[in-house]
Amino acid sequence: MHPAPSIILFSTLSGLGFGLLAFLGLGAPAPTGWVAFVFYAVAFALAVGGLISSTFHLGRPERAWRAFTQWRTSWLSREGCVAVAALLIMGIVALAQIFWDRPLPLLGGIGAVLCLITVFSTSMIYASLRTVPRWHDLTTPALFLAWSVAGGALLAAHTTLAGGLLLAALAIQIAHWLRGDTALRRSGTTLGTATGLTGGALRSFEPPHTGGNYLTQEMVFLIGRKHARNLRIIAAVLGGALPAALLLLAPAGHVVAGLALLSHLAGLIVTRWLFFAEAEHVVGLYYGAHRGKTA
Amino acid sequence: MTQLPPPSEVKLGLVIDLDTCVGCHACVTACKGWNTENYGAPLADTDPYGAEPSGTFLNRIHSYEVQPKDGAAQLVHFPKSCLHCEDAPCVTVCPTGASYKRAEDGIVLVNESACIGCGLCAWACPYGAREKDPTEGVMKKCTLCVDRIYNENLPEEDRVPACVRTCPAGARHFGDLGDPGSDVSRLVAERGGIDLMPEQGTKPVNQYLPPRPKDADLNVLAPLLAPVAETPEGFLGWLDKTLSKLPGASQ
Repeated sequence: MHPAPSIILFSTLSGLGFGLLAFLGLGAPAPTGWVAFVFYAVAFALAVGGLISSTFHLGRPERAWRAFTQWRTSWLSREGCVAVAALLIMGIVALAQIFWDRPLPLLGGIGAVLCLITVFSTSMIYASLRTVPRWHDLTTPALFLAWSVAGGALLAAHTTLAGGLLLAALAIQIAHWLRGDTALRRSGTTLGTATGLTGGALRSFEPPHTGGNYLTQEMVFLIGRKHARNLRIIAAVLGGALPAALLLLAPAGHVVAGLALLSHLAGLIVTRWLFFAEAEHVVGLYYGAHRGKTA
Repeated sequence: MTQLPPPSEVKLGLVIDLDTCVGCHACVTACKGWNTENYGAPLADTDPYGAEPSGTFLNRIHSYEVQPKDGAAQLVHFPKSCLHCEDAPCVTVCPTGASYKRAEDGIVLVNESACIGCGLCAWACPYGAREKDPTEGVMKKCTLCVDRIYNENLPEEDRVPACVRTCPAGARHFGDLGDPGSDVSRLVAERGGIDLMPEQGTKPVNQYLPPRPKDADLNVLAPLLAPVAETPEGFLGWLDKTLSKLPGASQ
């Protein structure tokens, strides 16, 4: 799949933002006054900034409001609805903390749950697609939630907890990579089932056109696969291992936490890039892609 | 509403005969022409006379080679457009309700004025039947020529999809696949029509008729065309030997 920068940025930043908001909603930490202002400003900037950047890939962004209507069937619609609800409720919690030094534990709890449901909904947009076997897996929601909570803990200054959560998220990430490598084969979809042709070895002889098209650009993205293994190592080290080591082993402090955060953010962006770039859409089979990866 | 309607009694769709299709792309051209001039936004052509022409098409023809263990390879032309699935994943993922399946005849359509062009329906479709138009920013797909098949301003023989009307080989058939007695349903039963990617659970309405098995020995002239000599003699034999002695000659 084509790794659109707007979507990578969106899911990375908003995941972190909602993770931090969830901790703030649970009252851990429960800052007041200016400190609360800074915490909530960071959380809202990440969450809202991510959401706004996600509209950049739309063909008709001026109609984006319509995306709140189909929550009965569409995970994308559900994500939008829950995100707005989470942001509104956490907005009230934030105002109460900043201006009146008043914790609102019940509302904060509800907001925290909604933040996590938002991240879960984002992940289900991908996990619900049977057409991308690598994504159509339980590890996808687990992955999004784990990174979001770990990043949130890091931003919320829970040093030890964040270190542990980062390692847990890394374990899920590795499981997602390993399961993903055989996902297309296990799905059973092949050029044979795609065309129904039998009676011999099948080969794409000629594509429908000499140039590219929307499908080949969007869903038959094959660039960068040859560096996938090295990128996985970079992502695992920067995103999980190094920040976890810094948080658990180095003396606590703002510099160490800042370094851990920067490393985590860089690694997370690489994991999200890989999440898209490595994903095989079954339509690629019609174009002769994914050879050697099918049953 | 992007909830799928209960399965309709009438299931309009296409039956595509892979045995008959000659890969001429006439259906592609007819489709592009009709759907650029009629229903919805025109189909874009970007850089049409430049170095990298591209554009939106609702129907595309692939070609596949089938190589049996022994015997000659076979070339199969493979037209592909929306299969108007009963369990259309492109409809349920749509966040705006722009994508819908008609309750009366099962045609899957896009309400272009409500489409935000997020592209999720194209991701959800295993067949590559939906494309985002680069000019209009909305999703385009086969409408089964909904503006032809019910159009009483057209002569009756034209009230079929443009691709079916134009196919010079008679490889494309249009009809009601929900009616077991219809011509298309009987054709599917007779020829063993198949679903594409049944494991994806989309329950496509369009059916594909597999190529008929080829005769074992097509070449009736083969016995008469046996080579006269496997090893050259006389002048040719001398030539072969002499040339083989030259440096760099293949043995």
